[in-house]
Amino acid sequence: MPTELPNQDAALGGAVLEVSHLSVSFDHTAILADLSFTVARGASLAVIGPNGSGKTVLFRALIGAIQYEGTIRWAPGTKFGYVPQKLDIERDLPITGRDLLRAKLTISHAAKEEALHALERVDLREEVLVKPIGSMSGGQFQRLLVAFALIGKPDVLLLDEPAAGVDAPGQEALNAALRRLQQEEAITTLLISHDLSVVYRYASSVLCLARERSCIGPPQVVLTPERLSEIYGTPISFHLHDDHGR
Amino acid sequence: MDARALIVCAAMAVAAGLVGCFAVMRRMTLAADAFSHVALPGIGLALVFRLNPLIGALAALLAGSMLIWAIEGKTNLSTEAITGVVFSVALAIGSLTATGEELIDALFGAPGSMTIAETVFALVAALAVTGFILKARDRLLVSLVSTEVAIASGIGVASLQLSFLVAFAVTVALGMRYLGVLLMGSLIIIPATVAKRLARSIDGMFAIAIGSALVSTLLGSWIAALTVRPSGPIIVAIAGGLFFVSLLKS
Repeated sequence: MPTELPNQDAALGGAVLEVSHLSVSFDHTAILADLSFTVARGASLAVIGPNGSGKTVLFRALIGAIQYEGTIRWAPGTKFGYVPQKLDIERDLPITGRDLLRAKLTISHAAKEEALHALERVDLREEVLVKPIGSMSGGQFQRLLVAFALIGKPDVLLLDEPAAGVDAPGQEALNAALRRLQQEEAITTLLISHDLSVVYRYASSVLCLARERSCIGPPQVVLTPERLSEIYGTPISFHLHDDHGR
Repeated sequence: MDARALIVCAAMAVAAGLVGCFAVMRRMTLAADAFSHVALPGIGLALVFRLNPLIGALAALLAGSMLIWAIEGKTNLSTEAITGVVFSVALAIGSLTATGEELIDALFGAPGSMTIAETVFALVAALAVTGFILKARDRLLVSLVSTEVAIASGIGVASLQLSFLVAFAVTVALGMRYLGVLLMGSLIIIPATVAKRLARSIDGMFAIAIGSALVSTLLGSWIAALTVRPSGPIIVAIAGGLFFVSLLKS
């Protein structure tokens, strides 16, 4: 499918991404309408909203995979890594973790050490790489995809519900890896998540997508019971774990 | 079987094995088989205009791959659905444009030695397809896992898809002389399916697919020469036998 790549030329000040008046429609149905926001370099933006509110569509527009109206401007030279939602991989596909990482090394002209460093950062053992990707656990495969995204030294990571469908220990390992990346390496992260307690603790700002009204702001402002029930159309509460609290 | 035919068969088998790996992993198996029928109207027209049927087949296959790619970009239909439509239309036009023994030969392969021009075309085309798959393997692999990840990695997914369809079309045309276009689809799909069952890595899959395609083609051609029978059905029967053997793996 022919795609139009987002414009990277304009000066954006301290921002790494500026989106203005973004609209996306499929078959005359508006999925995103007149959406505007900016993302500062090193920020951690969480994207929340009910199912069907266009979160994944927003990410697909940001990477230039679909056509849109309005403007998406990345800071010049921005490189991004993308971690998709749980992929429907055939179990018997003869592709190993090593095949996938080797492919990314070639595509991004990176040295082998980058793959080893990426594996360390997501806390994935090298032995796991000999397994076909279809036989990895959900948590292992998602961390492999994060390692894949990290090769090529991206400035921005786009993570689309990376922990969805992963069991509790796997989610914990994945969240810990993402937290380290964000805090220690100051990579700008854009994260779609349904886990509001994770969003509350780790995001520097929250973009909520809702059919009627989208909003952006710090988690303390956006994640109030009133705002949440407005976004989701039903009363929502979430639990903050004390041991990880701010 | 002469040395020239032997070399052409081997080159064709390598190209078919490699293209087949990605066709099978992209779940294009049935589409791939149907796609070979797109050659029919081209063969028919070439016979009407007294051209080499190979030229007509190649032109029709290339036009077919462009058409499938363009429709795919314009709609959200799957490659399989679009190929189904294009194939049926091609079959209808093909049956209207030509009949006769030459058409049967093009469909099922013909015995006899190849001309110098046919040999050169076959070798150049096989080399080009093999080179493309080996060069594009990493990009093909990533786009197979996720289109979005591929785009974010800087891969031109649309042009890669077109290049793959063209490589597929060229491979089908390549097999026309010995296997015929109808059976060439099988040589692309069966060895790769055997490899998918047995391999545990992409290099392993390439090796097994190429090996199975080579064994089927060379052994099949030899038996055909000994028994004075058309080579295509024997080659496909051997490939099918390898598939059933691969089922023994639990």
